[in-house]
Order: sequence, then structure tokens, then C-alpha cells
Amino acid sequence: MTENSSYLSWGRFPRAHHIPVRLHDRHAALPNCEPKMLPYGNGRSYGDCCLNDGGVLLDTRGLDRFIDFDSKSGVMRCEAGILLRDILDFAVPRGWFLPVVPGTQLITVGGAIANDIHGKNHHRAGTFGAHVLRLELLRSDGSRLECSPEREPEWFASTIGGLGLTGLITWAEIHLKPILNPWIDVETIRYPDLETFFELSAEADRDYEYTVAWVDSSALGRSLGRGLFIRGNHASNTKNNGPSGPGRGLMVPFEIPFSLMTPLSIRVLNQTYYYSQISSRRRKTIHYAPFFFPLDGIAFWNRIYGPPGFLQYQFVVPMEHGPGVVRKTIEQSARSRMRSFMTVLKVFGDHRSYGLLSYPRPGVTLALDFPNRGGELFKLLDKLDDIVAAAGGAVYPAKDARMSGQHFRRFYPEWDRLCEYVDPRFSSSLWRRLIG
Amino acid sequence: MIGATSAIAEATARILASRGHALFLVGRRGDALSSIAADLRVRGAAQVETHVLDLNCIESQGEMLSRAVTVLGGLDVALVAHGTLSDQKACERSVELTLQEFYTNALSVISLLTHLANYFEENRHGTIAVITSVAGDRGRGSNYVYGSAKACVTAYLSGLRQRLHACGVCVLTIKPGYVDSPMTAHLKKGLLWVRPRTVANGITNALDKKKDVVYLPRFWWIIMRLVTLMPERWFRSLKI
Repeated sequence: MTENSSYLSWGRFPRAHHIPVRLHDRHAALPNCEPKMLPYGNGRSYGDCCLNDGGVLLDTRGLDRFIDFDSKSGVMRCEAGILLRDILDFAVPRGWFLPVVPGTQLITVGGAIANDIHGKNHHRAGTFGAHVLRLELLRSDGSRLECSPEREPEWFASTIGGLGLTGLITWAEIHLKPILNPWIDVETIRYPDLETFFELSAEADRDYEYTVAWVDSSALGRSLGRGLFIRGNHASNTKNNGPSGPGRGLMVPFEIPFSLMTPLSIRVLNQTYYYSQISSRRRKTIHYAPFFFPLDGIAFWNRIYGPPGFLQYQFVVPMEHGPGVVRKTIEQSARSRMRSFMTVLKVFGDHRSYGLLSYPRPGVTLALDFPNRGGELFKLLDKLDDIVAAAGGAVYPAKDARMSGQHFRRFYPEWDRLCEYVDPRFSSSLWRRLIG
Repeated sequence: MIGATSAIAEATARILASRGHALFLVGRRGDALSSIAADLRVRGAAQVETHVLDLNCIESQGEMLSRAVTVLGGLDVALVAHGTLSDQKACERSVELTLQEFYTNALSVISLLTHLANYFEENRHGTIAVITSVAGDRGRGSNYVYGSAKACVTAYLSGLRQRLHACGVCVLTIKPGYVDSPMTAHLKKGLLWVRPRTVANGITNALDKKKDVVYLPRFWWIIMRLVTLMPERWFRSLKI
């Protein structure tokens, strides 16, 4: 087995060396080796939760088979390395859709469970984990546990959102939801300030299954928080003539040697995007792919940030602190001359997530991404951690590469319960950084 | 599908399954075969049967083929995809290993092709598709045991194509370049590498168009043209 540095996280920071082991047969045992292991899906988490520097990385992409599909109930059983894209390609023509999808379809089912991901319908459907009926966990001692809310519920709760540490998820059973066609009726509303966002959100969450807002990070003062509010429902018409899916798309073929994302270019791009919608309301019917996964159209878009990579920062705070913390966050970033390129704002629903360490919880969530500019940025993010902690919120580990162990323990008080379920032969860069 | 657990065969089977074909899978590992079979059924295959066999047991090949014909009610396409990537250095030190590799990559294939040719000749329709390799176009110092075994199959297929042409049976020689699969997991990957899915698309496309010889991806045709045109005097001093 040789070390290899080609496995990255999506933020391309930090870099790590791994001993990769490719898995192809879910019936096979885990490798018996000295360094600790971590399952790796499609490398779409941003920080170091999918990295295991100096250790073994179990590449699960070869576990990509369907096992069973009941076309009457929509219950699908599949191996954990299958991409959400492959499930959708299969299920959509048959009238089914994934109950929860994130901003990219290029993630594996195992990754979706291990990070208990959420999507634009969190206020209706909760997290991905809420739709997992059961799963199989393969432990390093060779035992296989079939877990569900009824059977081995503690193992189930620790594996959902368990950051891949409780063992290898070999397969999972997911409840798909019925749809009539692949299209989404979308309405995009240009809104002028943060207050309007919360009004729109409260109103839209009643009538729309999917809601999210893109925030113009260049706007400060009175218009801070302005952006485009996007809300949608699965189209109800059964006609066969809607728009088709995307074609091949574009690709960033290599790592740009310097970051294209300078404070100025980010400001200009954000303003341009905000004003690119001329009317204040626009309705249209589009294919589900550009609605849910707009950035998947550009393969390896993360390469535009150059060799240093970038950092995502996503937090959630209780509703009553929402407006204040969102404002403070954007102001603080502007003050340290850091601008977020893609800023996304959403109000989570009241669903309790099943996982011990699940990130989503009732409140307001804001995601920002920053070109990695080293020390200054880290100082800013530390400050933001303090603000989030003071408001009783949490930072999302799937996007984190730098928070302190102290903050993590405060955000996730159940961490010590998870420790009991962590496989003794499993570990990750993130876990060692946060827990030791 | 002979050697159905190979990455290229599995990827090809997925495409055929989604078109609703009936498939008979042959391979060494029963567990892996049944996972693949379940997957193909979900994807829409009309019927999937499995048969556990080490293709090096040539005496059992005939029986396997008759079972395939019985359970599927006849064959339209046979894809032969089994093989191993030989460890060249180890082969150089061991006659036994060299012959073993030849047995797997050439002799067992030729044995099977003899059965298949007779079946298809009698039924006067269908396609025999066999995965050989670009490595068979010219022996190279770094993997000539593997390459020469594949060359043997390529030459055999060329003759077989002439023989079966008269009765309307197609013989497809598939020459993939570097494919990122479990067989090559230990090798360093570069620009020329493709995923099994890409090769599988090329195979089904070639089957649909009843082609004779395909390089997958197609740029390998140019590369191998240049490699085969090079005078031996220059070629012998290359370290490739």
C-alpha cells in the first residue's frame, strides 16, 4: 500500500496524505492494517471531515450498486457509495425523487448519511437521515449491524451525522417520494433587505416545499442581507413538454495558479448577480437539475480558488438571534476585508434530527465561502465562532477545517456519547483536531 | 457476460440492463455476482442469471455455455471480459507464472471462443465481443507477457471474423487503453486514463453499429498507429 495525496476535500484545504483502499464488494471484510481508517465518498465535504491524514482512506465509490427497489412504495435499497445523481437518473423517469437533496448531486449516500445533510426543503422534510429506513454498519471487528430507528437505535442515531466514524455504511434503505415530472415551478424574488427576507421566508415556508435565498455579500448598511429569494414546488402538470436536463456542462480543467476570487471580483460578481434580475419577481418552470444543483454544471469549480483553496463557513442560530447574528457576521467579514463569494441563507424547520451529532436544528442558517487567505481569515472565523456560540448556535462540521475543539464540544454536547460508538480503528483529520 | 465482475463488464451490463435485455453473468466470485445481478435487475434487466465458474476450468466451459443458452433461450451477444493484469517482473522470474498468465488471458479465452464460434455459426446471427488490449498491438518491455497473450487473442479474433462473416455473425475486438478499475488500482493514473463507464459506452456503441475493431477511447487508435509504425531499431531502445 502506498501513500497518495490525490484525495482532496472540496475546499482543497487542508491537504492530506492517505493510504487509499478501494472497496468494490460490500460482502468483503475491511482491510486489516495498522493506521486508522475513514470511509471516503465523493469528496464533496469542504474541510477535513472526509480526510484522514497519514491514515487509510476507504474509497467507497466502487460500492455503487442498487440492491432493491419497490416501485409501489418507493423504498430503495442501495450500496452506500452510489451517487445521488445515479439514484435520480434512475428514479426520476420512474416518477420518484430523493426526499432531501443538497446543493450538489455529486455526493454518495454514505456521505449524505454521515453528515446528515439538509436541503432547500428542510422546513418540510427535515434532514436526509429522517428518510433512511435502515442501514448496515460494518465494524472493524468484522461484525455487521443492521440499524434502524427500531433496531439498534443507538447505533442508528450515532451513525446518522456520525462523520463516518462509527464504521463503514455498506448499504442503506431510503424512502423516495413520488413526483409527477422532473420539473420545478420556481419563483425568484429580488428583495431589498434582511427584514424582507424573514417576511418572505415565513410566508413562503407555508406554501413552498423548497426555499432558499442567495445573499449579495457586497451590500452593507440598510441593504445588508438583500438578495434573491428562491422558492419552488414540484410542477403539478403532467404534460411531457417541459425543459430538458442540462447537457455536458463546463469544466475548470486544472487548478488556476492563483485565486480568481479577489475581494474586488467577489464584490463585482455579487452586485452584478443581484441586479441581473431586472424584474422584482420572476416565475418559470425549470428542470430539477439547474434548480437544485446549479454549480454541478461547472465541473471542478473549486479550482478557481487556486492552490490555497477556500473555506466554507456555515452556522445555525436560534430564530430570535437570527437577524442579529446574520447582520453581525456579514459586517464583521466586511470589516476584515473578507467577502464571501457565495452566501446562502435559509430558515430551518422545527424537525429534530435523528442523529446525535446532526447539524440542522431549528433556527436560521447562513453559509459563506471565503478564499483561503490564511491567518486573517482564521482570526475572523474564530470571532464568528464566538458570536455563534454566544447565540446558542452551531457550526457545520462538514464544512469546517479550523474550529476549535472547545467550540465543537459546546456546539455538539452529545460528542461524548458519540465517542462510545466510534470504531476503535476509525478516525479522521477532523476528529483528531477536535477531540484528540 | 464472461468475467462479469470485471469493472468494464459490469459497466457494460448496466447499460444493457437499462435497455431491458436478459443477461447471463459468469464469474469466479459468487457474492460479487449476486450483488451485480441484483443491481442489474433493479436497473431494468428482463432477466439476470448467474453462474459461478473459474474460466480457467476449460472443461466446464461447454456446460456453462449450454446452461446460458437454455436459461436465456438463446444468445444474441457474448462479451468475453475476463483476464488478469500480469505482474511482468514476477513473470520474468517464473516460467510457471508466465504460463499461468498465458493460460488465463489467452488459452482460456481461445477455448471459450471455440465453443462460442460453433454456437453462433450454427445460429447464424449475433455478436461475439472480446476485450483484448492496446497492449496486444506491440510487445513492450514493461508488460509483454500480458501484451503477447492479448495479441494472441486479437489475431485469433481476426481469423474468426473472416470465418464467421459468411454466416452473418459479427466478431468485435475491443481494445481499451488505460482503464481506472480494480485491476489497475495499484498503478499511478495520468491523463490517458478513463473510467470503466466510458469504455462501456464505447462497447455498446460498437455493438449497436456492428463494428469489427474498436480502440477505446478512440485516441488510442492514433497512439497505437504511431507505436506500431516505429522501426524496431528505435523501438528496442525505448523504456516503455
